[in-house]
Amino acid sequence: MTTYTLNSLLPARSNGLAEIAFSGVSKSYGNKAAKSSQKVLQHVDLSVQRGEFVSLIGPSGCGKSTMLKLVAGLTSPTSGQICIDGMTPANAREIVSYIFQDATLLPWRTVEQNVGLRLELEHTTRERRQEKVAALLELVGLSHAAKSYPRQLSGGMKMRVSIARAMSTKPRVLLMDEPFAALDEISRDHFNEEILRLQQEQGWTALFVTHSVAEAVFLSTRVLIMAPHPGRIAHDIPINLPYPRTEATRQLAAFEDYITTISKTLRGVQSQ
Amino acid sequence: MKRIFYNALNAVGVLLTLLVLWRTLIWVFSIPAYMLPTPFAVAKTVINRFSSLTNSFWITALAAASGLLVSIFIGTTVALIFAQSQWLRRMLLPYTILLQTVPIVAIAPLIIMWAGAGLFAVSLITFIICLAPIIANTTQGLVSVDENMVNLFLMQNASGAQILWKLRLPHALPSLFIGVRIASGIAVIGAITGELFAGSSSIGQGGLGYSITYALAQLQTDYLFALVLAASVLGFLFFFAVMFLEYYFLHNWHESARKTESQ
Ligand SMILES: Nc1ncnc2c1ncn2[C@@H]1O[C@H](COP(=O)(O)OP(=O)(O)OP(=O)(O)O)[C@@H](O)[C@H]1O
Ligand SMILES: [Mg+2]
Repeated sequence: MTTYTLNSLLPARSNGLAEIAFSGVSKSYGNKAAKSSQKVLQHVDLSVQRGEFVSLIGPSGCGKSTMLKLVAGLTSPTSGQICIDGMTPANAREIVSYIFQDATLLPWRTVEQNVGLRLELEHTTRERRQEKVAALLELVGLSHAAKSYPRQLSGGMKMRVSIARAMSTKPRVLLMDEPFAALDEISRDHFNEEILRLQQEQGWTALFVTHSVAEAVFLSTRVLIMAPHPGRIAHDIPINLPYPRTEATRQLAAFEDYITTISKTLRGVQSQ
Repeated sequence: MKRIFYNALNAVGVLLTLLVLWRTLIWVFSIPAYMLPTPFAVAKTVINRFSSLTNSFWITALAAASGLLVSIFIGTTVALIFAQSQWLRRMLLPYTILLQTVPIVAIAPLIIMWAGAGLFAVSLITFIICLAPIIANTTQGLVSVDENMVNLFLMQNASGAQILWKLRLPHALPSLFIGVRIASGIAVIGAITGELFAGSSSIGQGGLGYSITYALAQLQTDYLFALVLAASVLGFLFFFAVMFLEYYFLHNWHESARKTESQ
């Protein structure tokens, strides 16, 4: 197994090796017969390089979740094309993982059974599964809670289980839809650092939806600001903060500057 | 532990008070035994006619249990079909409500005419009145699965069977149990009502409902009371059996079963 570090990936980014590519993607919900079909995304072009961490931020209803669903192949574009590592989204599902805001754990399964769900669905043998699940629980620091049921866990612990489950299939692309929105600010900061540590270890590409500007700046190589009616990418802002990003990063003047600029741009988009 | 003891003590206290009140009423108004027997007379009848009482008890228990079990099986199957399409639900779900509102005493004679008196007809009547709550609740449970949970399975290219067995059915289990709980209450009532019309094809070999009509015709009021007592015991047994199963299957993960645990 190759382990990537973020630094080793930086050159690859400039090679133009697109992991996720949208070209002229539009999306409307509602069938053609219904006259009130709603245009959710209009002509979106996007290229995300391998190892990038891209955040989507924008007003409610501008199509952020729809963008992720398109990448996951859970819905298809009305027009335009999407390529994930050269494949169609439906064929690329094996290399894509999805983390939702509510941890979406199955309440009748223990923590370890939840983490092993995806492996179980792809018929990994029991021994192999147990081995992998133990390693994943170790990775997210939940070995002690392996036999607990979701109702016994805090919000943060549930999210850890959800992350472990997403990692179980060694994803190349990780889609996260407001994963930390339900957590308190301190846990959220903590999770942000941990998710970057995981990315450094495993080298996946991230598409991350959030409503928190600070979170987007801290995590991302690029922040995409989306505008509504119809949904589109209005601004594409690279974040040139040094790695590794830690608590100290939040103290940098540049960090504050990014937050100020992006918040202002966001307000502009929202008041349109 | 202490609380359970005090609760039991309370229950016994209430029962004793009621028995005393019962006896006093007979004494004060000098009610004749054929209208209201004394508690002591009822107890004596229970002991004297214990074998015919248990015989009727088991016949009714069998009819109620078989009707209930078949309704659980068929009801779940129907719910699985309903869960497949909203169109089907919109078309057919109103008819299951009709199933619930049609008075069973009105259709019981019809069923006896078609199926003939006896255990089968009584089970069939029980089955019919148990069906609606099971279909309605299980369907609700099957279709209320969170969309993102389904997406999670789809992302793993899960088959329809995997989504059904590993997601929809376990998710619907608490709702199924709500349906079963309601159905178990009316199963005993249904069986006894059925027996009032179609208890037996041969004299003396009927369930509680049949024996009630028989005891009434013979003015054996003390035996009638014993039968009513047996019917209540049967109702309690069904109630506790369902509660035990619900606890067994759900207490690890579901709130409804956990509440009964902490009481
Ligand atoms: N399955 C669907 N059918 C019809 N319309 C939909 C569907 N999913 C989303 N929409 C519509 O598409 C638009 C964009 O939805 P989307 O969930 O992508 O927004 P979002 O940016 O994620 O919003 P939020 O920040 O509130 O999560 C909304 O107007 C929504 O009503
Ligand atoms: Mg959303």
